Amino acid sequence: MTRSITIVDYGMGNLSSVKNAFVHLGRSVTLTSSAEDIKRADVIILPGVGAFGEAMQNLQALNLIDILTEKVMHEKVPFLGICLGMQLIADSSEENGFFHGLKWIEGNVRKIKAPQSFRLPHIGWNNVTVKEGSILFNDLGEDKNFYFVHSFHMNCDKDIIESTTEYGGEVTASIRKDNIFATQFHPEKSHVNGMKILQNFLRLC
Amino acid sequence: MLKYRLIPCLILKDDLIVQSIQFKRYLPIGKAEVAIEFFVNWDVDEIVLLDINASRKGRKPRLDLIALYAEECFVPFTVGGGISTLSDIRNVIRAGADKVSINTEAVRSPHFITEGAKTFGCQCITVSIDAKKNSSGDYEVFVNSGKESTGLHPAEWAQKVQSLGAGEILLTSIDRDGTKQGYDLDLIHMVTDAVTIPVVACGGVGTMDHFIQGIVDGGAQAVAAANIFQYTEHSTIIAKSALKKAGIPVRLSSQVKYEGFNIDEKGRLI
Repeated sequence: MTRSITIVDYGMGNLSSVKNAFVHLGRSVTLTSSAEDIKRADVIILPGVGAFGEAMQNLQALNLIDILTEKVMHEKVPFLGICLGMQLIADSSEENGFFHGLKWIEGNVRKIKAPQSFRLPHIGWNNVTVKEGSILFNDLGEDKNFYFVHSFHMNCDKDIIESTTEYGGEVTASIRKDNIFATQFHPEKSHVNGMKILQNFLRLC
Repeated sequence: MLKYRLIPCLILKDDLIVQSIQFKRYLPIGKAEVAIEFFVNWDVDEIVLLDINASRKGRKPRLDLIALYAEECFVPFTVGGGISTLSDIRNVIRAGADKVSINTEAVRSPHFITEGAKTFGCQCITVSIDAKKNSSGDYEVFVNSGKESTGLHPAEWAQKVQSLGAGEILLTSIDRDGTKQGYDLDLIHMVTDAVTIPVVACGGVGTMDHFIQGIVDGGAQAVAAANIFQYTEHSTIIAKSALKKAGIPVRLSSQVKYEGFNIDEKGRLI
């Protein structure tokens, strides 16, 4: 049976883009902001474009934090966080102040430290360096380009970092811990390479 | 290494893509969904869609069309035209856009930029600046599809929008639009120098060399154009190839061959 893919709709970001990408891959998806729907999810996608504090506030207002934590941390359903959806799973973020995150991954979200000649936000296609054996990057060619658009990134234990990119210094591009996968770049907007990432993720589900 | 971006700018008038000449004349080209599908597979790095009639007619963004266009757009999709409230931004993003481009409303109520950036993140808010030389020979920002003067200087306005929270600037020279004379490099340079957020250059590209100039001489982080992509065969591929040859880092898809062809001075295949 094909597992159902649930995209969490918490009022932040490019949900349709994420949905369109999965539909393109022939999968049906549910876009939902209901805890009941998430309870039934086999695979959870947390997308997101926007500000950290506002995002946490929305998750709280929708009463989604407990059910998401239950599903991902205890039931261990496959999870993919994208961009802000990756940052939210950290302990905290320094974006516009100090905010607590979902605390699924030890780490905090900090502004990219780069010399002034590197413009922020970091917008555009950048190459990533991938840790050997990373399943998410299977079958990708030499040129591992992905689309990034962000000013903050995840600071966490090196062991869970699966890929990095260079922007005036090393920037975390993706992480994995058990059933938790997360990318700072946007696979749904990274054309052929991005589709491969999503396919690789789905193969694991 | 971060790549320089190549961006087709689709000018939407009602439900057709048009060619724009100095913001005064518009010639129909075709359907946007067809153009987008081609462009996505021809290695463009992003697509910008500007609905030029929305603000002028006081109309809201066409969400049905945006949703249709977004379906096959697997590269970032920026949408502009008629966006004047936070719920407009929300609706456009929900319809399938990744970023919004704000122009007229940014000038009318600058705090809108800040509110937008606070709610949706600054990376979501592109401020589009249309500029030309006014009758006294100074650069000036114009809004409402180039019809309304503002008294604002492009570099100063660019700094202001950056401080208000814009994540990127789409800078178009009205004088050069549709002329094929190349970017207004003085204008682009002036603005890229004034800000630390990325700047997308637009307006005037007639040859592939113009893209190179926009980056090397103008200092832009991305180069956009409209007409050349519609009227020159294989234009996006040839443009990427020209940029690569000039030593500029660009994203090259493994599906497309970038060598083994010659191009004439106009950028056409020969």
